[in-house]
Amino acid sequence: MKILALDSSGLVASVALVEDENLLAEYTVNYKKTHSQTLLPMLDEIARMVELDLNTVDAIAVAKGPGSFTGLRIGSATAKGLGLALDKPLIGVPTVDGLAYNLYGTDKLVCPLMDARRSQVYTGVYRFCGRKLHALKEQVAVPVTEIIDFLNEQKEEVIFLGDGVPVYRQVIEDAMKVPYSFAPAHVNKQRAGALAVLAEQYLSEGKTETAREHQPEYLRLSQAERERAEKGLC
Amino acid sequence: MEEKKDVLILAVESSCDETAASVVKNGREVLSNIISSQIELHKLYGGVVPEIASRKHIEKINQVIEEALKEANVTLDDLDAVAVTYGPGLVGALLVGVSAAKAIAYAKKLPLVGVHHIEGHISANYIENKDLEPPFICLVVSGGHTHLVVVRDYGKYEIIGHTRDDAAGEAFDKVARAIGLGYPGGPKIDKLSKEGNPEAIAFPKAKMADSPYDFSFSGLKSAVLNYLNGCKMKNIPVVEADVAASFQKAVVDVLVEHSMRAVKEYGFDKFAIAGGVASNSTLRNAMEQACRRRRIHFYHPSPIFCTDNAAMIGAAAYYEYRNGTRHSWDLNAVPNLKLGER
Repeated sequence: MKILALDSSGLVASVALVEDENLLAEYTVNYKKTHSQTLLPMLDEIARMVELDLNTVDAIAVAKGPGSFTGLRIGSATAKGLGLALDKPLIGVPTVDGLAYNLYGTDKLVCPLMDARRSQVYTGVYRFCGRKLHALKEQVAVPVTEIIDFLNEQKEEVIFLGDGVPVYRQVIEDAMKVPYSFAPAHVNKQRAGALAVLAEQYLSEGKTETAREHQPEYLRLSQAERERAEKGLC
Repeated sequence: MEEKKDVLILAVESSCDETAASVVKNGREVLSNIISSQIELHKLYGGVVPEIASRKHIEKINQVIEEALKEANVTLDDLDAVAVTYGPGLVGALLVGVSAAKAIAYAKKLPLVGVHHIEGHISANYIENKDLEPPFICLVVSGGHTHLVVVRDYGKYEIIGHTRDDAAGEAFDKVARAIGLGYPGGPKIDKLSKEGNPEAIAFPKAKMADSPYDFSFSGLKSAVLNYLNGCKMKNIPVVEADVAASFQKAVVDVLVEHSMRAVKEYGFDKFAIAGGVASNSTLRNAMEQACRRRRIHFYHPSPIFCTDNAAMIGAAAYYEYRNGTRHSWDLNAVPNLKLGER
């Protein structure tokens, strides 16, 4: 199975190509350029480097959300365009699951934190059971204190990662009552390699969607919809 | 000489609140023109909400492209290029079309042609007027734009006038809201005006001393709001149809006046209108009469090509393609893209 994976859900843009047990290529950039300027040139670079015939790809995986609304749509629209043109299925991988998979094999709890603005984080709590990623708490948008309370109740050591870590480091240090650490730079942001491996599991379980069906999962209404709902309109 | 092959272009447009795709042959023959409008959704908010528009675009983009290919009875393998609007417009909305179009072009190894949205509107005139060729003057009027443009040649534009504040269509929307007609204002004011007296109220027509071709509609809009407030304070009943007709006349008069001055000064015998407001029947009739009096050919697209659509992008893209315009895989959405920039 050959899987092409794209992640542009956060500050990082990442593209990877995984075939069975091999990561053939991975290109990750954490730079201020917009994803619409980086993502496709990165794919092109990878494709040329490993002489990839895109038609040989079995599925296209994409971080489906949560994340930056615009970033998610750049990734999704790119995946949808590729899927349409190549007639290949898509695999939408929850962004927070993909982040957690970076820390494969740890016996500690894994808690990705993505800065969701408006005093919230996109987060979840995970444990590895063999090769499988098991969610104690599925990805969700909550205030960081809520996830810290949850972690304190688990009474297990935790590893934090994600772009929310620098934003909430102080809050974490003040409120955590169980042992914890922060993941190092090479695995603390979105990596399309991890996304691709996770997507391979989804594929074997038949969890694919058509390029037409796929759309991002924002975990959040738009501001206009939220304000309208608050006024009791629907 | 070798016979010239037909050029087939798939065009994608998502700059505002319509998700659209089209297949156009040789820039003038529309094989399909699929538009998925979000207007009903935005009516709830009294205007286009960018984030909602962007979300809707990504839901619809593949379906719209697939339908455009199917209706044109072509496959991606038959195409010569993929074109997409990359500005101006709402950045989040533009990015959906740009990202999808780039991915399709990349996967099918096709050239990518980025198109300016206004260039698309102007080029909508080529679709139904096979004889129309530059040079000519074009007035582009829509919800987001009011430009008076000299079309020197295909892809060569000179903007001689633009709005200093509100776009014409924006003024229609704001006035429509003030007299309780709702969104979108253009068609509603156009319809209601037919029952009103355009001479009932004398609204001001803004003139720019330093630039004879520039427009300003915010003063007019304020005058309408002041008039409505005045009536309310004095307990005078408002005849909405008269307000609509008089406001519309003030807009149309200025648009016609500026356009005809440009036509005269530049000495072209062709004049065209484009953009959403170009389907306003009063504007169209006034322009038609003004052009007839001056013995100038008047061109205007059918309403389906006035509204945002991808066929017009395909028409513009054909001439860009012929001129050698090719964009690379790092093409970005440019929300304030200037006309004539590449």
